[in-house]
Formats: sequence, C-alpha cells, structure tokens
Amino acid sequence: MIRRSEYHDSVTLMEIARSLNALPGVVDAAVVMATEANRALLEQAGLWGPELELATANDLIVAVHAGSEVLAEHALEMAGERLARPQSGRRAGAEQAGAHRARTITSAVRGHPGTNLAVISVAGQYAAAEAWEALHNGLHVLLFSDNVSIENEVALKQYAVQHGLFMMGADCGTAILNGVALGFANVVPRGPVGIVAASGTGLQETSTLLARLGLGISQGIGTGGRDLKEAVGGLTMLQGFRALQSDPETEVLLLVSKPPAPAVAERVLAQVKESDKPTVVCFLGGTQEPIVGAGAHPARTLQEGAYRAAALAGRAVTEGAIARETADLQVQAATLRGGLRAGQRYLRGLYSGGTLATEALIVWGEMVGDVHSNVPLRPHLKLQDASRSQGHCAVDLGEDEFTVGRLHPMIDHELRIRRLMQEADDPEVAVILLDVVLGYGAHPDPAGELGPAIAGARARAQEGGRELLVVVSVTGTDGDPQGLGRQVKALEQAGAVVASCNAAAARLAGYIVTGGRAL
Amino acid sequence: VSQETISTLFGSKLSVVNVGLRSFAESLADQGVAVSDVDWRPPRVPYLRVISSGIDIEAANAEAVARIQQARPMLVGMGIAREAIPGYEPPPGKRALILHAGPPITWDRMCGPQRGAVMGALVYEGLAADENEAAQMAARGEIAFEPCHHYHAVGPMAGIISPSMPVFTVRNGAFGNLAYATQNEGLGRVLRYGAYGSDVYERLRWMEEVLYPTLKAAIEAIEVGIDLRALIAQALHMGDECHNRNRAGTSLFLRALTPALIRTCPDRERAAAVFEFIQGNDHFFLNLSMAAGKAALEPAEGIEGATLLTVMARNGTDFGIRMAGMPERWFVAPAGIVDGLYLPGFSADDANPDIGDSTVTETAGYGGFAMACAPAIARFVGGTPQDALEATLEMYEICYAEHEQFTIPALDFRGTPLGIDVRKVAQTGILPRLNTGIAHKEPGIGMVGAGVLRAPEQCFVEAFESICR
Repeated sequence: MIRRSEYHDSVTLMEIARSLNALPGVVDAAVVMATEANRALLEQAGLWGPELELATANDLIVAVHAGSEVLAEHALEMAGERLARPQSGRRAGAEQAGAHRARTITSAVRGHPGTNLAVISVAGQYAAAEAWEALHNGLHVLLFSDNVSIENEVALKQYAVQHGLFMMGADCGTAILNGVALGFANVVPRGPVGIVAASGTGLQETSTLLARLGLGISQGIGTGGRDLKEAVGGLTMLQGFRALQSDPETEVLLLVSKPPAPAVAERVLAQVKESDKPTVVCFLGGTQEPIVGAGAHPARTLQEGAYRAAALAGRAVTEGAIARETADLQVQAATLRGGLRAGQRYLRGLYSGGTLATEALIVWGEMVGDVHSNVPLRPHLKLQDASRSQGHCAVDLGEDEFTVGRLHPMIDHELRIRRLMQEADDPEVAVILLDVVLGYGAHPDPAGELGPAIAGARARAQEGGRELLVVVSVTGTDGDPQGLGRQVKALEQAGAVVASCNAAAARLAGYIVTGGRAL
Repeated sequence: VSQETISTLFGSKLSVVNVGLRSFAESLADQGVAVSDVDWRPPRVPYLRVISSGIDIEAANAEAVARIQQARPMLVGMGIAREAIPGYEPPPGKRALILHAGPPITWDRMCGPQRGAVMGALVYEGLAADENEAAQMAARGEIAFEPCHHYHAVGPMAGIISPSMPVFTVRNGAFGNLAYATQNEGLGRVLRYGAYGSDVYERLRWMEEVLYPTLKAAIEAIEVGIDLRALIAQALHMGDECHNRNRAGTSLFLRALTPALIRTCPDRERAAAVFEFIQGNDHFFLNLSMAAGKAALEPAEGIEGATLLTVMARNGTDFGIRMAGMPERWFVAPAGIVDGLYLPGFSADDANPDIGDSTVTETAGYGGFAMACAPAIARFVGGTPQDALEATLEMYEICYAEHEQFTIPALDFRGTPLGIDVRKVAQTGILPRLNTGIAHKEPGIGMVGAGVLRAPEQCFVEAFESICR
C-alpha cells in the first residue's frame, strides 16, 4: 500500500510496524518512507512488490507479509487507522487545540519571535538543511539526527562558531541548557558544575551522579559523537569549554568523551591549561598524563569524573568514597557468589548506552581481563558475531547493527529482553548486567518491562538448577518522570541487585566472577 | 569570535522550536518550556538561497518586499481608458484593443464569461450591432486582446477594459508609477461576470455618463487624492479582507469622498444617485483595492533574482504568475475549479473555472491571505473564525515577509503575509489560497456565486525550475 505525500516521524512508523508484526498471522510488516535505503531493506526482507515501484521518497509504504490475504488486508486496514489517528492527545507547548502548526523553522521563528534554540531530530538526509535553516535564523542548534555527513557537520559548526551559536551534534543525544533537559536527559538541579560531553549517556551518568551527590550543573553541553575527530577538530567542545570558562555560574568544569584524535586532544588540553577554573577531564580509555600536564584532574570513569568534580566544587566526597564503596562491593560480591554453581563463571553485560558499556570495559580491564564486545577496548576482543556471546562479554545493543529498522533499546526493550533470556539459558553465565537509563526521551517505565523479564530469566536459570545474578545500574534522579526510587524498588522486587551507578555495577560483577582476586 | 550570543543564551529563558520527534516537544512542554513543534515534512525541493549566477535571492526578495511596503497608492484621478492608459491603441489592422484579465489568451481559447464580456463590450462600444456580430468579429481576428497587466491595469473577473470605459488612476506616491482599474458595476448580471444585454449596457452607460464625471470631479478636487493604503489598512481592521468582502472599504471610501462629492456636484439629485449606487454596491471598493495592489507591486518588478510574485492572475482558462525577477515571463497552468457557495438557482455545474485579476490582492498581502481579518466571511473557508485564522496562518508559510502597514487584530496585530515566494511554495507544496467570485461558464449570464480555491501547482513548479537553471 502506498500513501502519497504522507509523512510521519520514524518513531511513529516503527511503533505501528511493531503492532502490525504482533498481529496473528502476520509474518513480517514494514511501515516506511519509500526512500532508496528503505527500498533496499524491503527487497531484502522480501516485502517489495512491483506495485510499489510508483512510490517516491515522499510517499509512505505499508508492506505486509501474512498467512492469508484476509490477514494482510486486516493488517493494512489497521495501519491505515493508526496512521490517521493523531499521534497524541496532548499538543506540544503553548499551541492551542486545532491551531495551525508552522511547517518550517523560519515560519515557527516568525510566529514566536523569542525563539533561541532548535532541536532537530528529522531523518539524517534532511537534517543538515534544517540545521542550516536554524542557524540562518540565529538559533542555537541541538542536532539529534545522525547520518549527517562529516563535511556538513564541519561546515555547520564553522558557521556556528563564527556567529557565536552552539551547534550541538550531529548525533547529539543530550544537553541540559539553563536547567532544561533536552533530548535524552535527566532532571537535575542547577549548580556549579559545567559539563561538556561528546557522549549523551556520559552526560546523563555524570549529571545524575552529581545530582545524587547534591550538586547541580550550570550547563550541560553536548557536542555530538564526532566532534573530537580530527576532521571536526573539537569545534563545539572548544566553544562550549570557552563559554563555560566565562560563565559566572560555572565554578568547576567537567569534560567527558572518548579519547580524542591526538591533535584535537592537544588543542582541547591547551584550552584546559588556560582555564582558571578547576577542570576534570574524563577521556574514557585514554591516557592520564597529558591531562595532569595541562593542570587538570584526570578521571578514568564517569563515576570518578563526577566525584572529582564534586570534590572540587567543595563537596566533602573524595575518591575515598569510591574506595569505601569498593570495599563494600567486595563484601557484597562474596555473599552473592555463594549461590553460584561451579561452572558459572562469566559476566555478560547487555547495554543500551554505548558509553556505559565502555565504562564497564574500562573497569573490567584491570579486574577481569579479556572481555569481548562489539565495542571492544582492543580490536582483538571484537565479538565475531554480536548476536552471540563468548566468554566475558559486553554488548552495546544501541549500535547500528542492532538498531536498523527498530527503536533504540532505551525506548524499546524487546531485543534486550530476548538477549537476556538467551544468556539466562547459558549454564556458564554467572551474572548479567543491565543499564537502565531514565529521564526525558527514555522509556516511560523501564522497570515495568525489564522487571518481569529479570524475574523470568532468573526463574529459567532456577529451573536449570542455577542461581542467576542480575546486576542493574539505574541512571536517573528522583526528579525524572519515571522516578529513580520507584524504578529501583521495582527492579529489586524483581530480583535484581541494583548498584549505585554503572561503574559500581561493573565492579560488583567483576568481583562476583573473579571471587575478589586481583589479576 | 563572539561569545555574546552564547552568554545571552545562558542568561535567558529557553524558547525552542522542535523539528522531528514529537516526544521531544512534549518533554519540553512538561518542563514548562515554550516550544513550537514544527509540522515538518520532507521538503520537496531544497531551499534555494543563491541563484546559479551568484545572485543572493534573500537580498533580492528583501528589496522587493521593501519596495512593496513603501508603496503609497493614492487615488488621484479618472479618465477614459483609451486616453488615460499609456499605449492604449489597437495595433494596425485591428478595429479595437480589448484588455482582459489573466495571462495572454486568444479568442478561440477564451472561456464563456470572458467571451460574453468581450461581446458585451463590443456592443457597448458600438462596434457591433449585437453579441452575435461581436463574436464573429472577434473570431475573424479583428479585435486585439491583451492582458490588463501589460498596461499597468487590473480587471476583476473577465476583467474587460474597452476603449470608452472610465478608469480610476492610482498613483504610487513613493515611486510615481500609475495603475488603472474600471469602476465596479455591482453583483449579478454584470459585464465582468460575462453577462450582456440591455440592462448591462444601460448600467455601463450610466456609469460612463453620470457616475464617472461626478466621481472624477470629486476625486480630482481632493488635493492630495485619497490614500488607498490607509483605507485598506483600516478596512482590514473592520472585517474586510478587501477581496471577497469590501463593505468596510466601500464605506470608508464614501466617507472620504462625500465632502468633495457634495462640493463639486452641482446637481443634488445626481450626487445622491452616485452616493446610492456606491452604497448599494458592497464591492465598489474592490476595483480600488486591486488598483492599489497593482500600483504597489509594479516597482518590485525587475529586481534580479527576486522570487516573489508580482502578478497572479486568471483568465478563466489559464492561471498565470510572474515573478519580480522575471517580470516579462508568464508561468501558466490550467485555471482551477472554485470551491464555492452559490446563488439560488445555480450550482457547481454552472461554474466557470477561476477567473480575474483580483488575485492581485493576495499577491499584495491581503485578500485571501488576510482571511483572519474577515470572520464575517469565514463560511468560505470552513465556517468558523478559527478557520479564517488558520487560513492566514498557513499563508505565512509561503510568504517572504509580513506587511508593516496591514495588520491583523486577531493575531495580536501581526502583519499580513506578504510576498508569495516561489521557493517556499515549491519547498512546502502549500499553494496560495485565493478568494474569488464565480461566473457562469456560459457567456451572457453573469455571477453564480463566490468561493475559495488554491492556485495550481504546475506554474509554481515551472517558475521554481526557471530559477534553478
């Protein structure tokens, strides 16, 4: 079925496709815009037919493979109904019911003259043009979309820097400006710590940890994942860092990213050196010496980054706190180990946040030894097949290989739950780790879906005569729409062990599988 | 490198435009942040900022809009078409020159009402004994036809201007250019709706012999003329959109005219008859609103690279547009079918396709684009004042600017959408909304209703392609 010149955002389409796939008798279903890329996907899936040849990129396609024509018709009908229905009873912002909505950024700005920020999350092929339109209208930009060419990113950022505008992204998932959570972000208080992060989840983890330590953040600026690559040169990181250096609200700076390209690291650290505000630098997996050389405070993990920044902001929490917590974790691990059988020796991390997977790998690097991953710290530990674990293993389920044509695991738990069951059936598995990310943008009730799955996985292992440990970290605050306390409680009731943060969860699991022995 | 805007951002309230995932807008609304969620869809064509020759379209359009807004259309006088309109004379070998609405057209392609109006005009001029003879004359090629727009003129519906017809002269005080339009006959069986017959001629003759000299004397006695821009601005605040509703404009015009009318007309009964004619014709002001629009738009013609429309006109067969950057070139598509309300005894089956130069009002930033000003005629666009508001709000999407002189009370005095930008029409696929009267498709009958429609897409597509080349 072709629906001409009809546009819906991809989340809506994937939700509809998911509900079609759930219908009895439906083998496979797709609800997609008829782009070249989607056409290829449909052909691969055997969902392409000659009657779809007439569709153009502006048309919507609903394709169903079902047990019978009647079932297929029924599915198409349901798709039609779902597409016709308004996506939400609630309308955004100050718009009145039935009021006209602007069709372009320019027109929205004209109708709302005080507009200062554009949040853009359209499909990648359209994203750069929208970002240009926003910049030309004098707006700061958070570009959530990915699949924007690096040339476009560079050109957009150069223009933005020249005009004193923020160009956060492409692929910028999180920012907190003036206390407002943007994209995937948590509700945290305002305070003295300014964060610039190339990783959205990194910003979420550090800002929520600070919040739990009683510290707020002044601004949380996202740069997008590629900002520190050689080609982009850290334009937004440097710009954000300068802005926070001169921001009177910011007392302590925290930089979070994977290790930048060497030339970029040099530039960033040169900027750090000029800072008269204390600065914590967390280059996850990078070397510490140059950071110390720049007069800044290095942090190996997100947790350390948050704690160090807190200490510098005058909170009486120091690394001693992490050491004390670690001692407690060792005790806890020893107790938990008691229920394991002899053959249970591996840990399996099933992550929705790539940066959280990386942080765990860093923790395990010194505790556990080799951990395989689809995002390994060292190339030889790359998983042959990301859909099957081997040995100790951490999988980032938010990687492209898992998310083509489906929602991100922070929104849709189906894939992760399936993988959880797969791991539960493996008699060599001792402990499974899950990260749960709360806040705006994320699933409205992760514990409501993951909780029963955790209980189910443990029950399955029990049937096999084993105790299965599930360790969970929850990134969030009590101010988040899901509520940290409620989520933790539900997860614990389901039999999960909830650690204080992602790094702590990794350490706990590490002690469980190593029995507390250092390498 | 300026950090200024960033420190301003840190110090100010966030106000966000969201493009894409709706949930992001909802999250912001939850946090009490002002957010406008764009009803985004993939642009059909990219937004073009520079022409291949390197000319900056934005700058060209800004100049075009500035000129349109500076315009000061003043009603300064009247004359007889063949004398008043520069260059109005038949080419060699032709018996007469007749001006018509819309893009150029030949007799064989003319629609019924335009033919009817031509036939009627030839009889009225005494060039033909009856309508039959007039039609034969035209069919034999004895009559030259030219668009009003080629002569700085505009004509509603069939838009016929024949040599003896009186015309208003509107002078743009800012640029000195002149524009012309006939006197409005009223509704029903009238020439501009394609009607002919003795009743039609009788009225035209009265308008030529009584109305015209009386009005001319009065208008020319007003030293600075009548400020049409001011009248339009006021009428927009009084429930007119100055295309399908001209009740306020007509009243304001009469008020501006009456002292001079009384002073200059020696015959009290004639003055009263003139007053009665105008007050009995709610659309009398339409022709003045149109001439004002024409006078305001012409100075924008010839700005290289400008993609705003300066002409949008229909002849009942074709719909044509011209851009400020290419003022000589018509882009043409078939005229559309009007979604209308009909007079008793008529229906959509009787309707001729869209016709007339009156879309000059939409082109100049009022008419259908100012529907939000005219809740009284909201029935044309769905029935409620909210529908009228949304009709205007939608037109902002395809306009380059907002009018500084013409404002909309119901939208907190926001300026009316001004400057139809071919790029934006091409990008969004939103076509201009037009208000219009409806003529019977057969010659000789007249008005059957009024309604609304959209401009046809094809001429905008072609105009956009011509910019891209």
